[in-house]
Formats: sequence, C-alpha cells, structure tokens
Amino acid sequence: MDKFRLFPPEASTSAQQIDWIYFALVALTFLICIIVFVPIISFAIKYRRGSKADRSNPRVESVLIESGWTIVPLLIFIGLFGWGAVVYFHVENPPRDALQVIVVGKQWMWRLQHAEGKQEINELHVPVARAVELTMTSQDVIHSFFVPAFRLHQDVVPGKYTREWFRATRTGEYHIFCSQYCGTQHSAMIGRVVVMEPVDYARWLNTGQPMESIALAGERLFRERGCSGCHSVNSKFHAPLLEGTYRKPVPLETGEMVTVDERYVRDSILLPGKEIAKGYQNIMPSFAGTLSEEEIMQLIAYIKSIGNQTPSNESAPNEQR
Amino acid sequence: MKTATEIDIQTEGEMPRLHYLNVEIGVKSWLLTTDHKRIGILYLWTILVFFLIASVAAAMMRIELLTPQGDFVTNETYNKLFTIHGVLMVWFFLIPSIPTVLGNFVIPPMIGGVDTGWTFYTPYSTTYANSHVITMAGGVFVAGFSSIITGMNFMTTIHKMRAPGLTWFRLPLFIWSMYATSVILVLATPVLAITLAVMCVERIWGVGVFDPKLGGDPILFQHMFWFYSHPAVYIMILPGMGVISELITCFSRKRIFGYGFVAAASMAIAVLGFLVWGHHMFVSGQSVYAGMVFSILSFLVAIPSAIKVFNWTATLHKGSIYFTTPMLYALGFIGLFTIGGMTGLFLATLAVDVHVHDSYFVIAHFHYIMVGGMVMAFMGGLHYWWPKITGRLYPEFAGKLAAMITFLGFNLTFFPQFILGYLGMPRRYHAYPPEFQLFNVLSTAGASILGVGYLLPLIYFLWSLKFGRVAGPNPWRATGLEWQTPSPPPKHNFEKTPTVTERPYGYSPEEDVDLHLASI
Repeated sequence: MDKFRLFPPEASTSAQQIDWIYFALVALTFLICIIVFVPIISFAIKYRRGSKADRSNPRVESVLIESGWTIVPLLIFIGLFGWGAVVYFHVENPPRDALQVIVVGKQWMWRLQHAEGKQEINELHVPVARAVELTMTSQDVIHSFFVPAFRLHQDVVPGKYTREWFRATRTGEYHIFCSQYCGTQHSAMIGRVVVMEPVDYARWLNTGQPMESIALAGERLFRERGCSGCHSVNSKFHAPLLEGTYRKPVPLETGEMVTVDERYVRDSILLPGKEIAKGYQNIMPSFAGTLSEEEIMQLIAYIKSIGNQTPSNESAPNEQR
Repeated sequence: MKTATEIDIQTEGEMPRLHYLNVEIGVKSWLLTTDHKRIGILYLWTILVFFLIASVAAAMMRIELLTPQGDFVTNETYNKLFTIHGVLMVWFFLIPSIPTVLGNFVIPPMIGGVDTGWTFYTPYSTTYANSHVITMAGGVFVAGFSSIITGMNFMTTIHKMRAPGLTWFRLPLFIWSMYATSVILVLATPVLAITLAVMCVERIWGVGVFDPKLGGDPILFQHMFWFYSHPAVYIMILPGMGVISELITCFSRKRIFGYGFVAAASMAIAVLGFLVWGHHMFVSGQSVYAGMVFSILSFLVAIPSAIKVFNWTATLHKGSIYFTTPMLYALGFIGLFTIGGMTGLFLATLAVDVHVHDSYFVIAHFHYIMVGGMVMAFMGGLHYWWPKITGRLYPEFAGKLAAMITFLGFNLTFFPQFILGYLGMPRRYHAYPPEFQLFNVLSTAGASILGVGYLLPLIYFLWSLKFGRVAGPNPWRATGLEWQTPSPPPKHNFEKTPTVTERPYGYSPEEDVDLHLASI
C-alpha cells in the first residue's frame, strides 16, 4: 500500500486554486458543525428531563433571529459561489498557447494523439509548466476524463467535442480514470499522465517512427478521400472553398449565420445537408461511418491550419481532372 | 391540540376489542382494502422486502471493495449490484418510505379525517431481477404512477378533509412537509415517465432523440433525467424533515421554534428544488454560464434546509428533553443532515465540483442525506408511530441501542468515503488502485456495524407484535389528533370528527409527564 494520504498530489495550477476553496469549505463545515452541535449537546444536558434548569417563558418565535440565520448564511453562500465561479471560468477556458492533444474515448480505452503526430494509448506524456489542451470525443458511450492530481474532470461525449486543459506543476506519474459509468470494464478504463521536464518531453516526442502532424494527416485525408475534388478552385462542382474560413462567420441558406468551428466542420462532414452555406446546393455525400473519430479531428485540424490562407491556384491540390 | 371530542374509550393496559387490524381477516380483506391504514401496512412490508434486497446488494459491493482487485464478484455482477441497489433504494424504498407508510397511515388521523377518499392497489411488480433497460424502465414507470397518485391523494386529502377548525396554520409540520412533497411528486414524476417513454421509443423504433448516431443529443437525456431526479431528492428528504419536526417538539415537550418559518421552508424547498437540476452537469459539456446559474440556485436551496436545522436546535432551548428512541434518531438526523447539507455546498461550488464530480465524495454526500437523513427519520418515525400502528410498545432499551449502533455504523461507513472521493476514487469502480484500500476497509467495517443496527429493530419489532407492552391511545402524551384514537385505531379512525381550536404542539416543558418508559 502506498503511503497514507488525505489529499491527492497537487500537480497543476488549477489543483492549487481548487484546493484553497476546498480548505475554506472544510473550515466552514467545521464552524457550522460547532455552531449547531455545541448548542444541541449543551441544551440536551441542561434541559434533560427532570433537570432544575429554568424553563419559564420559552420563546417559540422571533423574526429577528430567523432573519439573522437566513441572511448571514446567504451572504457567505454568495461569496462562495463567486469564488467557485471565478476559478471554474478559469478552468473551463484554455489559454491560447496551449499544446494540443486529441483524445478519443472508447469502451474501454483512451486513444490520444499529440499535435505533432505522436500517438499514445492510455498514457499521456506532457511537459511540466506548459499549458496542455485536450480536445475530446467518444466513439461510443459517454466517458469522462478524470485526473485527480490535476483536479481535472470533463465528460467525453459522443457526437460532440469537449475540452479541458491543465498546466502541470510537478513531474511524476498520475492516474487517469474514466469516471462516467461506461459499461462492464469501466473500472479498467484507467491510464496515467507522465509529466516530464521539457527536454525529456522533447526527446520523448522525437523517438520512434518519423511522425506526420495532425494537420498534415488531415491534408492527406483531404486529398485521399476526395474532399479536394470539389473544395478547390479548379473544381467543376460548385463547392465552398475552405481556406480562410475557420473561426469566420458564414451565412446559411436559411438566413442564419454560423461560425465555422469544430462543431460546424464535423456536422458538415457527417450531416452535410444540415446547414447549407448560402449559394450552394446540397450535393455533398455524408462521410458518416467511413471516417474514424481521429480522422475527422485530423480534417478539422487541417481546415484550422488553413484558416489564415486565401484560396489560390497554387495552394489547391493539383492532381484533380 | 385539544379537541371537542373525548378520547375514544380504551381500557388501560388492554388492546381495543375491535380495531382496523382485526375488524376483517383474510388475505382478500387486505389486498382489496380501502382503509388507508392497511394500505400503509402493505407498503411497509413491500418496501421492507426491497430494502432487504437492496441492502444485500450493498453488502456484497462492500465485500468486493475490501480488496483493490475485483475478486469477490465479476465486474458484470458488480455493475448489476449497484444498479439493483440504486434503483430499489431510490424508487422502491426511499421515495415511498415515509410518504406511503407513515403518510398513508397518519395523515388522515393527524388532520382528523375519516379516510383518504379514494384508494389504490399495491402497485409494485418485481422487475428488479431483470436488468434489461425496458423492463427496468417499465417498473419505474409503473412506480412513477404510484408516486403521482399518492401525491394527488395527499393533496386532495389535505385540502378537502381537514377536521373543522384545523386551519392551514394549525396543521402539524409533518403535513406541511407532505404537502410540499406531494407538489413535487405530481409535477416532477410525469417528466420521468416522459423520459422513460421516449427512451423506449428510441430503443424499439430507432427514433433519434438521445442517441447521437441517430441524430439525437445524449446531454438532453441528462437534462430530462435530472429535471425529475433532483426534485426527487427532495421527495426523499422533505417527509423526513416533517417527521423530525414532530419528534423534536414532542420529546422536548415544547412548541416548535419558528413554526411559520419551518413550514415556509418546506414550500421554498419544493419550489427551488425544481431549478437546480443542472448542478449535476457542471462537467457534462453544458455552457459555463448555465453552470453558473445552477450553482447560485443550488446555494439558495440550501438556505431553507439551514433554517430548519437552526429552528430544530432552538426548539431544544428551555425544553424538557426525553431521550427516547425516536428522539435519539431525531438528534442523529440533525447531526448527519448538517454534515450532508454542508458537503452539498462543496458540490454546488463550481470549481470544487470539477474535481469531486462522480467520485466517492458524491456517494458520501448523498448517503448522509438519504441514509443519515431519510432512513434515520424513517426509523425515528416508525418507532414513534409503532404503538399507534400496532397497539404495542417496542422494547425501549433495545431501541436506544439500535439507534446508537446505527449512528456509529453509519459514520464509519460513509465518512471515509468523503476522503476517498477527494483522493479521486471514481464511483462505480469494481476494482481500484491499492492506495484507496485503507478507507475502503474502514467503510466495509462500518457497513457491517450498520447492518446490525438495522437487523436489531427488525427482530424487536416482530417480537413486540406479540410480546410488546400494550401502548394505550397516547403513550408519548403527544398532542397530535392521531393520538386521540385508540391504538390500534378503529377502521374509521374517529367515531365522531374532532374539532380543533388551537395551534399545534401545545406542549408545556414545565409539566413533568411520565411516558411509562425506562428513562436514561
């Protein structure tokens, strides 16, 4: 058995912030218990049946007392809410410079891929002191990616992307648990995060097979699966060009505006008829069932990577026609 | 509460000649009964069976968790065990416990009514053996209708069948809490029924509502499930709070402190309880801003509960406190409910929930409310009204012993789970890393003590049916109307409808009454 512990290791910046709120709540709980239990015990002794205590004119109502024990907890609760909300907002919004990792949950394993292309199963190697953002989805049921040492927890939901981020503060190995019940082997869906010094991480990242980055893999898929046959300037079909569209608003046939983001790109690949861009026909076939979750995420990474380009003949793949 | 009618004649030390238990005999007279008291008894036996099955499932889980490896049962069996434990405890024990047993039995005599007006058959089918989703959903669906009808029945009874003079602010607080519970039962349960029906439609006909492969949204299911299930938590605890109000005031021999605030707190919980379901979904991927709204509302719903705890405590001041078995359960309730409520704030705090969500911390929190709160209240209430239900007293010493064993065993079982949860042990784990073993062993040890605490009452309650001392109409010298009939009451409760002229809980702490019990 490992050494005796009351708290898990504190290994990320959010872990420190969350632990402070936790300690404040523990202190408040002790205080309230004293405020309630000390009177209960002393009244129980003083006013036990047959004792000689003075029982004349017992009070049974007081608006002043009632208001007091309503308003004071209310103010404390509003303060706690605010503190928790501020930290939550921080925990839920990744910084812009975060390293990107994609995560796909399935019964009963985690598949991860770093932006540089390195793939892992049930393990996540990260450098210390760098923000790391996980973009996650599931290919079957809902899972949840939980790293207690980072106080980090996010459901991984089929059909949509969720994200979480952390900045590790100390090197070491920490548990990854699936914490959303996902079937028979739920408790076997565990893994570990390995937090390394930046130099060790760089060395780790460059060992093994030469890698194709996620965006490059997406570009390759864009050609191999025929996307570029239509989505290019040389196409004989009328399809939107995707360069320079990511994170930009797009008008739809229905008159609505949507922002091109992960959700929109994903839906356009799997359910192309759902939101047709204005001025185009519903002619694209669905790729549902023919692309894996990783491949969809790689395609999105590619479209993201050309988000600052403008369409031109040179940038268009040229093996068409 | 004094009434214009005399207490019905019951000779000292003898059971009444004719009462609801012996007025008719035979299986048919029970199964087709329209007497709310017999219906309460039928419910008691039914939920007792479910409680035992669900407890055995819990015991097997605790044995499994003694060691880190999954070696006592297979992971598939373990998953079935916690499903059985959860479904039976929630829908077939906690939700029906106080409302259907104590509620059905005591609401009509408590408000001086003659009968509940209309009736229903014992409705449960034994679907627990089959873990198929549709059968399970079907069982809960049927039980849901029982909930809705129970709620409607109580609301109509409380509105229309109060005794003359029993105005709203003369109602016992148990009735107020049952009224609040009924509002939730009637408004929330249909949403559960709709959710389960939609789920079955999706499974049978492939209509995509929740399944992303069919174009549905799995988060929508969580919204609908919790829109029912969070108010359901208050269905489980409000009746318990009502019982505690009765017990604290009776055994302090003093009017309850802040009657109006305690009654209003019940109604506030019923209303606010509908607005907090999203706090189960802080890490589900719902919007950050939705999370913030649900967080602040969840803090607000804690206020009325806190008001109740403070008022119960203040009631003890200048009382004359009798440490009877029901009172021990009531005092235990306040302690455990306070801890359960405070740890609820941890979960309402957004950032902390990000860590403890779906961990053993959550398990510990809701067991402090559901077992430490509701089951303690149920046991307290059952001991309090047992003489009324059966006409006989349970043995007081054994009762006190069981109450204290339950309190100790409960804390040893569930307190270590708070620590396990913060350490990061996820719920529904069949096997776990070895560093979690110490607290799991403590928890299992506690569960075995808790088991003794539950078995003892089972034994002495059965014993008391034949050998218990005859209670007489009012062994606690309590003021409620239900104590003005013989024990057990006759079929129609009151020969003549009583008239009420006073506020409830007209106890006087300066008067020393003899409860005919061995006192500590």
